[in-house]
Amino acid sequence: MKYAYYPGCSLECNAAAYDMSVREVADLLGIRLQEIDDWNCCGATEYFSQDELTATAVIARNLALVDPQLKQVVAPCAACYLNLKKTDRLMAEHADFNQKVNEALAAGGLHYRPGTVQVRHMLDVICDDIGEAAVRDKVVKPLNGLRVAPYYGCQVVRPYPGDENPEYPMKMDHLLSWLGAEVVDYPVKAHCCGGHMTQISEPQAFELIRRLLQSAQDYDADLIVCMCPMCQLNLDGYQGRVNGYFNTEFKLPIVYFTQIMGIAFGLDPKKLGFGKELVAALPVVRAKVNGLAAQAAQ
Amino acid sequence: MAAATVAENNTFRNEVMAETPNGHRMLHCLQCGTCGGSCPSGADMELTPRALIALINAGQRDRVLSANTMWACVSCYYCTVRCPQEIPVTDIIYTLKRLSIAERRYKDTDAPALAKTFTDFVDKYGRSFEFGLATGYHLLSRPLSALKMGPMGFSMFTRGRMSLLPTKIRNIGQLQAIIHKAREIGARR
Ligand code: SF4
Ligand code: SF4
Repeated sequence: MKYAYYPGCSLECNAAAYDMSVREVADLLGIRLQEIDDWNCCGATEYFSQDELTATAVIARNLALVDPQLKQVVAPCAACYLNLKKTDRLMAEHADFNQKVNEALAAGGLHYRPGTVQVRHMLDVICDDIGEAAVRDKVVKPLNGLRVAPYYGCQVVRPYPGDENPEYPMKMDHLLSWLGAEVVDYPVKAHCCGGHMTQISEPQAFELIRRLLQSAQDYDADLIVCMCPMCQLNLDGYQGRVNGYFNTEFKLPIVYFTQIMGIAFGLDPKKLGFGKELVAALPVVRAKVNGLAAQAAQ
Repeated sequence: MAAATVAENNTFRNEVMAETPNGHRMLHCLQCGTCGGSCPSGADMELTPRALIALINAGQRDRVLSANTMWACVSCYYCTVRCPQEIPVTDIIYTLKRLSIAERRYKDTDAPALAKTFTDFVDKYGRSFEFGLATGYHLLSRPLSALKMGPMGFSMFTRGRMSLLPTKIRNIGQLQAIIHKAREIGARR
């Protein structure tokens, strides 16, 4: 199966581990990703805060650049996913808006007809298009013994939840169970990580981060897996700062769901971007997953 | 009731509705408070989303545009999916952000500066630039924060998670032509 791929800015650097593991896992599962040539930034929440029409035109350029042979685009970042999807929807539902966006696109020699490209998140592609049997088939190192807390965050499940419950999504839970992990069922799995608030009001952001870490810890998670670069940055990158602020001692590794899939598939942790997280994940994975410690020692 | 009479020629409400996709749903607000009760940032807001909508309905332009609600919002969309009247609360807040920025009505928040720095990078390079955002933005508004983020920035850097140089897209001219045109169309109304 072949898809257009929109990595987004975070995956180029800060979330390189996500990009690496997405590509490795996709390769193994037969998902062919064709990167959109010369894609541009989705504008995150910032462009929409300033200028809706320009924000939409900037995003629509990416949809217009999708190879006409391809009908679907995959975005691993939650903000990119939402922005691409929202743009397609806005253009489809509001004819005058569609006309204005296309007038702007025409200044760059481009055109986009809404509905032409279906916007998908990587998790959906793996769960719905590839499916349980094919995923289980690739598992060579089941994650037995590892307690994993799936963290969905906001923008993949809201406001367009698709076939998921926007407050209690299950796809990542199912996927983790196919990998043999013990899935932690905790109440805040779709709560907010604070988004860009770390840059605006640290007390507000740190409290949202603390609630998530506290809940995962209360439910005995060994590790959290996430599906968005912003969530990973806030929970992992800021974990030390949060500990300092609240005088807590959280030490919870935060990795992308595709990284932990790669471990279950027996792929090389280096190629999956392990080691880029600030709270080291591999020692925990090796200590908890039955049999992995022995293998690592050899 | 006052609300009904004010509604007749409530230009502020009409403006917000016109600027928000599906904004007309606002007319159906029940003032149930589900939005504010679902908001992770509710405690940090002077006015909850519910109160904002009541004030928009009452035509209180000044109070609404200078509220901190928009800048405490983290775009989690809980209010939007829970609203029993299908009111696009998060999108209404985006509209208020735009109006507040355009008229410089915000106070005590760095959010507009962050948004400006971010979009400037996109306009110039076609990509966002995290290091520039972290440093440039902080240096502009809060120089001491850049120092505080020091050790964390260093850890990110040594793990290859922070680039010191922005990436530029190849066809930046095309993107800039699109942006230029979009702004021109936006200014037309
Ligand atoms: S949840 Fe909806 S109906 Fe209820 S107060 Fe908020 S906007 Fe109004
Ligand atoms: S989208 Fe904003 S206003 Fe709505 S619940 Fe989330 S933080 Fe609160």
